[in-house]
Amino acid sequence: MSKHSDVIIIGGGIIGNATAYYLAKKGLSVTVLEASKDIGIGGSSRNGGGVRQSGRDTRELPLAMWGIKNLWPGLSEELGVDVEYTQKGNLRLGKTEAHQKILQGLTDKAVSCGLDVRMINGDEIRAINPYLSDEVTCASWCPTDGHANPLTATLGYYKKARELGVRFITESPCFELRKIKGAIRQVVTPDAIYEADKVLVAAGYDSRKLLATVGIDVPMMPLKMECLVTEAEPPMFLQMLGTAEADFYGHQSKHGSFVFGGSSGFEPFNKDNGTPISSSIGASCTCRGIIKYFPALADAKIVRAWAGWLDDCADHVPVISPVEEVPGLYIACAFSGHGFGIAPAAGYNIAEMIADGHSTIDLSALRYDRFKPKQ
Amino acid sequence: MKSINDRSQDIGPLVSQTDDGIIICRCEEITKGEIRQAIHDGMFTVNEIRRYLRSGMGLCQGQTCGKLVKSLIARELDVIPAQLDPANSRSPMRPVEMKVLGNEEVHHV
Repeated sequence: MSKHSDVIIIGGGIIGNATAYYLAKKGLSVTVLEASKDIGIGGSSRNGGGVRQSGRDTRELPLAMWGIKNLWPGLSEELGVDVEYTQKGNLRLGKTEAHQKILQGLTDKAVSCGLDVRMINGDEIRAINPYLSDEVTCASWCPTDGHANPLTATLGYYKKARELGVRFITESPCFELRKIKGAIRQVVTPDAIYEADKVLVAAGYDSRKLLATVGIDVPMMPLKMECLVTEAEPPMFLQMLGTAEADFYGHQSKHGSFVFGGSSGFEPFNKDNGTPISSSIGASCTCRGIIKYFPALADAKIVRAWAGWLDDCADHVPVISPVEEVPGLYIACAFSGHGFGIAPAAGYNIAEMIADGHSTIDLSALRYDRFKPKQ
Repeated sequence: MKSINDRSQDIGPLVSQTDDGIIICRCEEITKGEIRQAIHDGMFTVNEIRRYLRSGMGLCQGQTCGKLVKSLIARELDVIPAQLDPANSRSPMRPVEMKVLGNEEVHHV
């Protein structure tokens, strides 16, 4: 088994898998090293499945918009796996004047970037989604947003990359990056040392410790988030939903079950027991939030709840960047909970960055050295 | 013990079997043939099969088919079943209505 390839990717999540696929399409040999036993077991398969542009920071919005225009619509066909991409719009809901202000601010920013998003009132909202309660008085509406299935999208990229000859090695936790003659060269795991000309670190929060072995730091922290899913219900609506306060977000999947994510307010203070486990208050709190917006779902049964870690960046925007001070090293982490929707576009552009030295979308606003102390 | 960590290892061709049509996951109606195909697509763990096909994601949450899926993977990859982890168990233990989980009323006795 050869330990050498053109590119090593550390992290078998959707970012690593998508980048591996687009690199393999360009003819490069790629090895993906995944620390756990399962591919895509982190945030990639624990998120709410949003494929959104509205509500995004203007620095990552160009990537989100490009991916929705160019990659998401044909992704199921390209991967040979149904990623259940549904582009029926996003409603971000509000009930109070304070909510209205938050939504207006987000909408104004997105409009300045050329996104078709606008504020609508209660009647317009219920014309789009008749199941929303009368408490909902305002929303931002982005008709080109949508949702997809994070599980099949993540594993679809894995399957297709593997077919193209990408080598995936699970249970290979990397603990050291090594330079030779000033450039990145070796990746050390307990079982082997792998070599490549270029290395991409896409290991979520675990990237931080690994990058420290070559003196690089990305200011991020793990933040626990919780999700839940109902049994299959009759088809009700196709939009992606969120709220101004981010109490919950979610959609009805193709299968019929509703997938909702939510927060209890204690996420940054959850005990870290080493595994992302649902808290006793999380699902209850999310259900209360949902029922206030959707009284019709009060009888829907929850079959499963789960939790996952976000790699939450200091400024809540991803780091996607070459590292010039360690030639050959690239970073894609700190996605701050926005990783799934922009993953295809991120993977495509990172592959271009690695293989060609430049990318279709200008990613300079997402550089790793953008963090400056307050003045 | 044989390792399943190298996902490019040769596990031989997928040979169709006469009982590939039988249903393994009753809740989501996933057949033996679909599960064997998924293993040859690279899904080497119970968690991956579950996420890829929805087996074990229905009402019973895999309490019926979990072991069957595991033994199918073990057979296809030629490893012992004990080497494979079961799928992650998730709360709640039984399906619970949102209005029950989200009940805000406090009854003082």
